[in-house]
Amino acid sequence: MLNIKDLYTAVENKKILEGLSLNVKAGEVHAIMGPNGSGKSTLANILAGKDGYQVTKGSVLYEDKNLLELSPEERARKGVFLAFQYPVEIPGVNNIYLLKAALNAIRKHKGEPELDAMEFMSLVKEKMKLVQMNEDLLTRSVNEGFSGGEKKRNEVFQMAILEPKLAILDETDSGLDIDALRIVAEGVNSLRNKERAFILVTHYQRLLNYIKPDYVHVLGKGKIIKSGGPELALELEEKGYDWIN
Amino acid sequence: MKDIIENYSADFKQLQNINKNDWFAKERQSAFDIFQKTGFPTTRNENWKYTDVKPIARNIFSNISESNVRTDNGEIDSVFFKGLDCINLVFINGAYSEEYSDIKNIAGKVVVKNMASALVNDKEILKKHLAKSTDKTLSSFTALNTAFIQDGAYINIPSNINIEKPINITYISKDNTGKFATHPRNLILMGENSKATIIENYVGNDETNYFTNSVTETVLLQGSSLKHYKIQQESANAFHIASLNTSQSKDSRFESHSISIGGALVRNNINASLNAEGAEIIMNGFYMTDNTQHVDNHTRVDHLKPHTQSHQNYRGVLNGKSRGVFNGKVVVHPQAQKIEAYQNNANLLLSDDSEIDTKPELEIYADDVKCTHGATVGQLDDDMLFYLRSRAVDEQTARSLLTYAFADEIIKNINFQAIENKLENLIISRLPDSSLIREYV
Repeated sequence: MLNIKDLYTAVENKKILEGLSLNVKAGEVHAIMGPNGSGKSTLANILAGKDGYQVTKGSVLYEDKNLLELSPEERARKGVFLAFQYPVEIPGVNNIYLLKAALNAIRKHKGEPELDAMEFMSLVKEKMKLVQMNEDLLTRSVNEGFSGGEKKRNEVFQMAILEPKLAILDETDSGLDIDALRIVAEGVNSLRNKERAFILVTHYQRLLNYIKPDYVHVLGKGKIIKSGGPELALELEEKGYDWIN
Repeated sequence: MKDIIENYSADFKQLQNINKNDWFAKERQSAFDIFQKTGFPTTRNENWKYTDVKPIARNIFSNISESNVRTDNGEIDSVFFKGLDCINLVFINGAYSEEYSDIKNIAGKVVVKNMASALVNDKEILKKHLAKSTDKTLSSFTALNTAFIQDGAYINIPSNINIEKPINITYISKDNTGKFATHPRNLILMGENSKATIIENYVGNDETNYFTNSVTETVLLQGSSLKHYKIQQESANAFHIASLNTSQSKDSRFESHSISIGGALVRNNINASLNAEGAEIIMNGFYMTDNTQHVDNHTRVDHLKPHTQSHQNYRGVLNGKSRGVFNGKVVVHPQAQKIEAYQNNANLLLSDDSEIDTKPELEIYADDVKCTHGATVGQLDDDMLFYLRSRAVDEQTARSLLTYAFADEIIKNINFQAIENKLENLIISRLPDSSLIREYV
């Protein structure tokens, strides 16, 4: 589904990724771990199409097509979803209307009929239970006045509605207490299936107690320096990132 | 320049001839003398530093309102607020339209009528208040208005009356045989503990080049409360100069919402005078400009007594080669302790060629006061744009959506559904991808 090959990127001429390669197949869950500044969030942002990164070398194929030449909105319509590390507050833009329009844009792209208000609301009711979203958050402006935990839940809630093919979770565990972490993880687990792939970007092993990855990769100095199964995360937890360097 | 003033002079003579025995003739004359002496302001005048009124000053306008210009139901429907049950006063090219106004069924001693009839029938009270709460030396436009008073709204709400129906004053400017100026003059008197909601809505059909020079005076007696909405949607070629003057007594509350969307050259003045303890004024404003529009909002609040409050919040969205000005001045007089004054102006520049000059000013002569002021100028937030795009929203739609959201922060404070709906529609319709953004808000 996703094939990143020898990717080099820079921001304002500062090198960030230096030769990263990663292959993700449908149905797989990949955890990307690494110390601060290793390029984890850069990878997440590049996949979702954020401006400001220069790709100096390498390629990213998504469903065998060049992902990098697509706009963020085209990627979203083709099934790429980024759960943000810091979801931004957007006063004046209604949370639920945004989600409805997003879903319908994606459905339209897939050639499926758009959902009307009734159909959409019953879908919302169903998915809300998944992350135990508070109902009055729905009608508020996007993330406005949400607590840190509520913002992260909202991201997972959006993911549940939009049903992406490739979901990238950028440090979704950071800032969550243990109960919220469990809820978010259960939400993610319930979305796992054979067609959907996940990339979990995380600093700590903690999240992986709840979401069991198929592969764990350690990012250091802009590339993957070690890959393994779930046991690699435990080893990292025990020995720290210095162990790899 | 000389023939321009001569033209005003000739029109003025004509008007004085019509109103020969008018009790107001003397006032008119002294106002016109001031105008003649000072002429139009130039940018050398600090109050007009950022707004050059030459386009107004070099045009010859006819200043005598003609009452034969007509409108039709379709036009009236499009300018009225949908679903709003209100008392209507309608003026077409400055002249009162009995046909489209509706001032029947007004309760008790409440007075809502046009100024031309008040000048004849309500002399005693007008003598006391008309042209008393404006400072003629402040602006020659106000003097010009006073000299040319022909019509406008006169509203008098007696003590302890809460008039629930809003009073909607519509000023329509339409194609005419030549360039014309109207000088609408409104007087609003609020008795003790009275309450009212008043809308001034200025509309013009496109292409027309005319000059609206309006002045509104309001007097709020003790404990009264006035919500005032001014909506300026003049023609794209129109000039619009307006001044709103308030004089507030103890514990009175004035809420001003000023929205400027139309016009080629626009200046809104608000002069607020908080004359007694407990008086409070709220001033919200929004302006949206494009092409070569120029919109200037100029406010001045005088805190004359202790425990008075003023809250100003103005926002603007500027596109094309348009230019905005915000100049808000708060003066805290020496005896005015324990006052609160808040002033904020936020601007969104959507194009490289748009410009905003923002100048919040505080002059404080008391030592125990709470005053804050601030101004921001910015572009659309990149993180918000990316977030929306990552949720499948097209870039252009996302830009429009964020622009709308910025505007709506002010619009939603209006707390008046019929007006909010109309303004939201107006703002959305001026943005690219307007049909798409309606899905998100």
